[in-house]
Order: sequence, then structure tokens, then C-alpha cells
Amino acid sequence: MQNPTSDQPIIRFDRVDKRFGDLLVLDKLNFQVDPGERVTLIGPSGSGKTTILRLLMTLEKVTPAQDPAAEGGVIYVEGRPYSHMEKGGRLVVANERYLRQARQKVGMVFQQFNLFPNMNVLRNVTEAQVHTLKRGKDEAESKAKELLDLVGLSDRIDHYPSQLSGGQQQRVAIARALAMDPDILLLDEVTSALDPELVNDVLGVLRDIADTTSITMLIVTHEMGFARDVSNRVMMFDNGQIVEQGPPEAMFSEPQEARTQDFLRAVLAE
Amino acid sequence: MNEWNNETVIEVFPAIWDGFIVVLQVTLVAGLIAVLLGLLVAIGERTGPAWLKRVVSGFFQFVRNTPLLVQLLFVWTATSLYINPDWSAFIVGSAVLGVHYASYTSESYRAGIEAIPKGQWEAATALSLPTHRVWGAVVLPQMMRRSTAAVANWVIAMFKEVPTLFAIGVLEMIAQAQKFQGQHYTGAVEGYTIAGILFLAASYPVAVAARRLENRLAKSHF
Repeated sequence: MQNPTSDQPIIRFDRVDKRFGDLLVLDKLNFQVDPGERVTLIGPSGSGKTTILRLLMTLEKVTPAQDPAAEGGVIYVEGRPYSHMEKGGRLVVANERYLRQARQKVGMVFQQFNLFPNMNVLRNVTEAQVHTLKRGKDEAESKAKELLDLVGLSDRIDHYPSQLSGGQQQRVAIARALAMDPDILLLDEVTSALDPELVNDVLGVLRDIADTTSITMLIVTHEMGFARDVSNRVMMFDNGQIVEQGPPEAMFSEPQEARTQDFLRAVLAE
Repeated sequence: MNEWNNETVIEVFPAIWDGFIVVLQVTLVAGLIAVLLGLLVAIGERTGPAWLKRVVSGFFQFVRNTPLLVQLLFVWTATSLYINPDWSAFIVGSAVLGVHYASYTSESYRAGIEAIPKGQWEAATALSLPTHRVWGAVVLPQMMRRSTAAVANWVIAMFKEVPTLFAIGVLEMIAQAQKFQGQHYTGAVEGYTIAGILFLAASYPVAVAARRLENRLAKSHF
């Protein structure tokens, strides 16, 4: 699925390996995402999909190759090295200072929300605007209020996370991530920790955002209906490799690979 | 040693009261050291280089596993022999007591930091918060909620150990009672009794306040 207005992928994994000890989670993984694309990652647990999001959020580091120029093992974002940085004409593993800048293009919404419990809703959304992006307090607050309005929580700005339902907390977390104006939004099983009756509120907000913005999204979810509606492409993972990928209509109605068929049958039977 | 005498109580009281003031002063100085140094150590263990962590944790392991009395006598003798004989027993004693209890408060802080869910650190990373905000705005406020009561209990425990400084000649209440006994051949029993009552009178309300604080923190929004 190519975006005609752009010739350069916003995300590129070049033969990326990720090991945890002896466990190989990603195995020479190659893939690209175009700007504005919405990609849903599906696959059994342990297949590496969450690891991909965590690598993009720099919460994990790639397992580096000896010689990145020849062997790859590098993640690129917007055409520039992301897991690595250029130093003396060579690619070396990025240091914390480089990552601090680089990751500002990327935002993430977590399964467990991870709001700061000691801050009220408004401050959860302004804190990083003020201290990371150095926005003025007024600007940050008006941006926060706009986004909290978008997620339907304008009347909760003085509340603390513990006073909100899970669905409300997750919507604050979405506002908090969007407040940073990310080019890429990572959604890591954002409804898995919610009571069933709260899932639709959160998905509704995300559908709105998908409809009204051009943010690139990588989505890990078990909500296949949502994946079908929102994404341009579905990628099926198993054992750290891409089994099969394609537009959601094709992937969900006529998957080619046996592993995809088995997985979808299991998930849709739930 | 004479038997109890109500008139002696009145005579010895001013001396014991002077000692009590000294106890409060030592508690203030040593308490500040214990509260602040313990916090620095706990933060340093998370942020400092590996060699520093080893040195600091080795030192505090040593402090926790040797008696306060031995530490006091050792440091007092060593400083007056090799560093400066004019340093007052009050200063040396308060410093040793404070460092001794910092070894305990740092553990309480550390437990409070470790209890913060990993997701909090990850959210702070995802938002690229600068390090001073990660600590100042995210970690320490959440740690305080968990650690404050434990640290307050250590300071109360420390307060009750101030008489140990008697060993290096700090004129706290026990030293005052003995001094009075030495001069008047009476008053030790009365002096110790007053000292005990003053300790109780001071530490009981503080302990109650610490428990209230603990309950209040447990009920707060986060």
C-alpha cells in the first residue's frame, strides 16, 4: 500500500534482530511503513508484535549486528537512523541523548494506561508539553483542553487517574500521547485491560483520530473489527517473522497461510 | 545511690531539661542527615555508575552491621586523633548518628522506588521527560507516599538512640543525670526517671502523628 504523496517510508526495519538472552524474538525482520499508513500487527503472543512497538518507543534496544552497514539490524524513521546514529561515517548504537531527540516523533499508548497517578488529568497532558517540548504553560493547557475535549473528558480535567474508569484513563493517555504531536502513534493492546463495556468508547476515539488526522499508526490489537475498519494493512507475525500481510479485507476474508487461518479462527471464536 | 526524693526531682529537673534540649538538637541535625543522605543514596543507587553503587552499598552494609556505639567511639577517637581535636562531640555524634540511620532510611526509600510500576518509567521515557522531571515530578512524589511513614519511624527510632552519644561526652539527659549525681551524690534515679518521661512525652505524639500521616497518605488520590 503506497502513499502517492511520499516516496520515503516513515518507518523501515532493516534486518532487525532482537534477542532476550537466548530467545530470538525478531529474526532479521524487514518491513516498511509509509507516512499516514495504519498497520495492524496480529499474531499469537510471543510472536514479536509488542516488541516491535517497544523498539519503536525505544523501551527496548535492537540486538546490534557487528557491522550495521553490511548486516543491517537498524531501524530507520523518516529516512534517518533511529536505533543507531551516525558517528564518524559509521552506524553505532544510539545513545540516550540521541534517542531523547529521536523518539519525540513517536508516541505510545500502553495496555495499562500508565498515567501519572500523582498528577491530575490536565497535568498528565501538559507535563511533557511543558518540560519536553518547552511549550509555554498557556499553550500547553489550551492544547490539552482541546485534546481532552476530543476524547470526551473536558469535564474531568481536575480529576486524578484513580477517580476515573479504565476507559477514561485510557482516553486521557491517548490525549497525552497526541499532545506531543507525534508523527507515529503506537497502540499496544490499548483495550485489553478494559472492561468490555468500556472498550467501544476508546475505540470510538481512536476511529475519530484515524479519520481526522494523518498520523501513522502501528496497532497491536485483538479487536479484529477495529483493525478491519481502521487499518490499511494487516501483518501476521509468528516467531519473529512476517507470515503474511495484505489489506484487511483480504487478510480477514481469505488468508493464504495456514498459520494465519488458524490464528484468525482462534481469535474470532473468542 | 540514694532512694527516691521528691525534692531532688525539682533540683535535678533543670539539668535534665538542658539535656533534653540537646537531645532535640541532635535529633534535628542527625534527622536531617538521615532523611537527606538516605534519599541521595537511594537515588544514587538508581542513577550512579556501577562502581559508585558498589562503594556506597558496601559502606552502608558495613554501617548497618556494626553497632552504633562502636561507630561513635571509633569516629570520635579517630577524628580527634587524626583530623581535628577541636570538633565538638555534638557535631561528630550527630553526624555519626545521622549516617547510621541514613543506612536504614535509604532502604525505605529504595523500597518505595522499587514499588513504582515499570510502566511509570516507560511512560516517562515515551514522553522523553528530562531526567530531573522523571525524578522530581514522577518518581519522588510516588515514592514519598510509600516511604514517608517508614522514614518517620526511623527518625523516631533514632531519637530514642540519642542517649548513646553519652559515650562520647555529649551532655544529653543521661550525662546530665550522672553529672548531677557526681556533684550532689544524689539525683541519678530521679534524673533517669525524668529522662524516660520526657522521651515518652516527646515520642508518643510524634508516633501518633506518623501513624495519622501514614493513614492519610494511604487514602490520598494516588
